[in-house]
Amino acid sequence: MNDKIIEVTHLAKRFGAFEAVRDVNFTVYKGDVFGFLGPNGAGKSTTIRCMLSLITPSNGEVKLFGKPLAAHRSEVLRKVGSIIEKPDFYKYLSAERNLELFSRVSGGPTSKKEIHKMLDYVGLKGRERDKVAGFSHGMKQRLGIAQTLIHDPELIVLDEPTTGLDPQGIIDIRNLILQLRTEHNKTVILSSHILSEIEIIANRMVIINKGNSIIEGEVANLLNEQELIANLEVDDVLHATTIITDHFPSAQVVSSKGQFLQVSTDRELVPQMVQALAAKNIKLYSLESKRKLEDYFIKMVKN
Amino acid sequence: MLIKSTYNEFIKIAAKPRSYLGLVAITVLVGVILFALKADGMSFISFVTASFEQTLSFEGNILNGNLVAFIVLQMLVIHIPLLVALVTGDLVSGEGAMGTIRMLAAKPISRSTLLMSKFFAGAVYTLLIVIWLGIMAVVVGKWMFGPGDLMVLNSDGLVILQDADINWRYVGGFAVAFLALLTVSSLSICLSCFSDNSIGPIVITMAIIILFTIIGTLDVTIFDNLRPYLFTTHMASWRSYFEDPLPVADINKSVIILLVHNVVLITIALIKFNKKDITS
Repeated sequence: MNDKIIEVTHLAKRFGAFEAVRDVNFTVYKGDVFGFLGPNGAGKSTTIRCMLSLITPSNGEVKLFGKPLAAHRSEVLRKVGSIIEKPDFYKYLSAERNLELFSRVSGGPTSKKEIHKMLDYVGLKGRERDKVAGFSHGMKQRLGIAQTLIHDPELIVLDEPTTGLDPQGIIDIRNLILQLRTEHNKTVILSSHILSEIEIIANRMVIINKGNSIIEGEVANLLNEQELIANLEVDDVLHATTIITDHFPSAQVVSSKGQFLQVSTDRELVPQMVQALAAKNIKLYSLESKRKLEDYFIKMVKN
Repeated sequence: MLIKSTYNEFIKIAAKPRSYLGLVAITVLVGVILFALKADGMSFISFVTASFEQTLSFEGNILNGNLVAFIVLQMLVIHIPLLVALVTGDLVSGEGAMGTIRMLAAKPISRSTLLMSKFFAGAVYTLLIVIWLGIMAVVVGKWMFGPGDLMVLNSDGLVILQDADINWRYVGGFAVAFLALLTVSSLSICLSCFSDNSIGPIVITMAIIILFTIIGTLDVTIFDNLRPYLFTTHMASWRSYFEDPLPVADINKSVIILLVHNVVLITIALIKFNKKDITS
């Protein structure tokens, strides 16, 4: 787990007077699913583009597989598959032809058999000969995943891979990423706006804001996984608040509105809390527990 | 990798409908010219021969395949650059407009190799255009009008070339025409590296050709030093192959100037493309 796949140090990129990236630092290790978080305009895409040599950094260094990208570009990019922002293809060509073209310059297979096998893997069986012009966004995203994987890369960079996908598409992509890590031991960098997605999939993450990396580490450690926010819908909010504060001093009532009560608590206390409310004849209509990445993210970005 | 990438470029060019526009346009244009000459070619020719008829008598098949091919080339060589630029001007900027340049540039292929593969593919496309023009003008022309000696009116006067002495001149002429069109291809690829929309480089290429042609034809002394070095001045150098004796020094000079243009334009394109931040 200690093999460094990516090392980004003091990365900066200036477009004229505009500093898109000021000082970004992070390390990705072999086998990581690495979450790359930041609000719009934070410098995520510029950083990812620097990592793939699409943009030349103004300062700092990117090392892939222990080698400086600038000096070993072709050698290290052979081991990388990527989708940047959205997958774009030659609309006038078929899915199989597109995949063949990208595979050829990636050092991957170009035989019909291998191409069809990959298209089958991403769920495009039967659409191999259809022109990409007629593909939905979800189908293009699947084709994008296929071109990312066709040359069997060690590192996969996915920039907003679920944007524009329907719920089933999001689940499919999420499962695919988890499968890549668990079954194929791939290292994945995942940039996404959907925090719950990062929370579920990633084991490590970095948050960047205004061109600076502000925190990096294990998702579990950063979020203190034992804690969560419980949203309770009860018939008597005042009574419920009293019970919780009296019986569970470590829990904190964050807010109450109408019949809803928001409590920050250790997850192990939730069942006891439900029992205590029931014992005092408080009617519990619904219980929703929310983990804390969203709050954590907002707190970090605001700070 | 260069061969693989060039093969990719061929596939893309072959699949784009606009690539066939040039071949269709040449077929239609040459077809119209051949039809017009077949229907009323003698009256067209008489405009040229009228001034010589008092001193010379013309016998045999004057309106033959060789003359027809020469007329076709004279008429079309100015227009073919547009057909070439339509495809080559889109080779880099079209990828930027589609977003595929982002995907390609993140692959383990150097940008220089990527650009050179586009240049080679563009060169092959240009060659195909020239070959098709040759087939339509010379082969179809000779098939429709038959063989015969070629009368060419140059600035020095009337030159008559024997039928047996013409085919090699066409080969040489087409080779120079190819080099001239290759310069147009290099220019449009170079401009394509500076843009992310595919129309701009095509329009600017044509604007440069028109501007240089005007500078080349304007009889103003201020342009005298510039004129010999404009590539447009040498785009008509294919005609030198139809002079007798062959002006070898002039042809060599044109070839060198066109080659230098190609090298300079591709070098500029390589520098720009390698330094370009791909943000599209």
